Amino acid sequence: MNELQFLTWVRGTGLNVAVGVFLLGVFWRLIEIYGLGRKKDLSAPRHVAGASGWHTIFRRSIPAQGMLKKSPVGYIGGFAFHIGLAIVVLLFAPHIKLIQSLTGLSWPGLPSQFIDLVAVVTLAAMVVVLADRINKPVKRFLSTFEDWFTWAVTFLPLLTGWLSVRHLLLPYPTMLALHILSVEILLIVLPFTKLFHAFTVFGSRWYNGAVNGHKGVAV
Amino acid sequence: MQGPLIEILARQGITRRTFMKYCATLASLMALPPSAGRAMAEAMAAAGVATKRPSVIWLPFQECTGCTESITRSHSPTLENLIFDVVSLDYQETLMAAAGHQAEEALHNAMKAGGYLLIVDGSIPLGLDGAYSCIAGRSNLELLKEAASGAAAIVAMGSCAAFGGLPHAKPNPTGAVSVSDVVKDKPIVNLPGCPPIPVVITGVLAHFLTFGSLPELDKHGRPKAFYGETIHDRCYRRPFYDQGKFAKTFDDEGARNGWCLFELGCKGPVTYNACATVKWNGGTSWPVESGHGCLGCSEPDFWDAGGFYKALSTPANPLKMASAAVAAGAVAGVAVSFANRGKKRAAASAHETTTLADLEK
Repeated sequence: MNELQFLTWVRGTGLNVAVGVFLLGVFWRLIEIYGLGRKKDLSAPRHVAGASGWHTIFRRSIPAQGMLKKSPVGYIGGFAFHIGLAIVVLLFAPHIKLIQSLTGLSWPGLPSQFIDLVAVVTLAAMVVVLADRINKPVKRFLSTFEDWFTWAVTFLPLLTGWLSVRHLLLPYPTMLALHILSVEILLIVLPFTKLFHAFTVFGSRWYNGAVNGHKGVAV
Repeated sequence: MQGPLIEILARQGITRRTFMKYCATLASLMALPPSAGRAMAEAMAAAGVATKRPSVIWLPFQECTGCTESITRSHSPTLENLIFDVVSLDYQETLMAAAGHQAEEALHNAMKAGGYLLIVDGSIPLGLDGAYSCIAGRSNLELLKEAASGAAAIVAMGSCAAFGGLPHAKPNPTGAVSVSDVVKDKPIVNLPGCPPIPVVITGVLAHFLTFGSLPELDKHGRPKAFYGETIHDRCYRRPFYDQGKFAKTFDDEGARNGWCLFELGCKGPVTYNACATVKWNGGTSWPVESGHGCLGCSEPDFWDAGGFYKALSTPANPLKMASAAVAAGAVAGVAVSFANRGKKRAAASAHETTTLADLEK
């Protein structure tokens, strides 16, 4: 298989399969989760449950009192790489072009140099949170294969994307093909691992907040 | 053509100096040392006067004759043809005067002698026992195997012979394959291109005549001298690529300013060929210079590389299976939900109420 065949495969068959598995997995998991249903509510709510749910969505993004000092790497690193990923994925001009070609939707991007800086910061933040996970005995003890694996499949698209934009290490088409391949792995893995929090994080926060509010622990 | 080569050339208005320059150009194009140009000139001149000129058999299979057109319509036909004048082209359906049984006889006489250079253009169909393409009632596969057995070396001319080319494109109705898919025990040089560049053809022939061997090849069997670098790496529009200046349509300002054609689907970055340096039509121009992106014609399976006008970085058709996937996902989700509810109901019905009496046991 040469460069052209590899690239053709990843942007053809490979991507078709990855997008297919991704969509299948997302619909499956979402329907399964929301299909679980809830027990019949027999008690009178202690508070208006909904407001507590909405509040929790927001409040859980803010470190609890004293926690920022206790675990600065977790919070700052975590914020840095989540926001960085969002910027790189959604505001890099070639990515917007891709979304436009698929859906017709487009929005203004950020200058490539800025995206480059964000990508480097994001990569660094991810390396730091990984080092933190390895160094802190408790975090390491709590980590399973899934944690290391999901870190890797998130890190690789970012790294290969940055390398291909900067034309480093391998010829551009090969690196681009590796970038697309790594995104395909991410797409396939996402619905079936903890990475699915991309879809469920706010829903589950709302649910927890609402249930707590219902029970009288309004926040 | 008879007589010493130099005399023949002189009759055609080509001086000795022009001939030497041509040989030096060939040698330098192939990154050979300067002395090779002289060796090539001597070898070709000697071949021209030899009583028995090196025999060449040219077999056409599933092809469009574009490769023959390329060589015969080359920019300096006399000079390019000279290569064919110094060899004995014993069989070439398009160019030979003979036809029918005469032609077949010429072919068999040449094959009997052995040690010839076999040029193949076109792919070989394997479907229906090779019935898709036959010459004199025999399949291409049979002809190739027979001709290859006595050949000193084989030149797979053009993308069809080298990689299967257009006939090999999906869904490949004739079961077309390349020469190297059929012949495994002979040195094969692939000269892909649709068509290949004339000087690439003559360069390889000159190398074979001079050194009696094929030039150094890459992993796809292509001479490194001509297929060593990508179109993109040697493209005169490369600075625009590096500056991020791209033509968006074929008639916008970028196109008029000669900006990079990457976004219009140029396959230059993944295509190994010499177009950007050697150019076409006597160095007049080449596809990218005339405003069209590279199609990638010297790469395997370029017909199926996701569309000529789609940028290399954009997906071919990623939503192809989207609706089926969504439907399958929804079905799986609903099925699992029902299974979960069934489990819940089973757990609820199996639940036994604890009474005070139980606790006192």
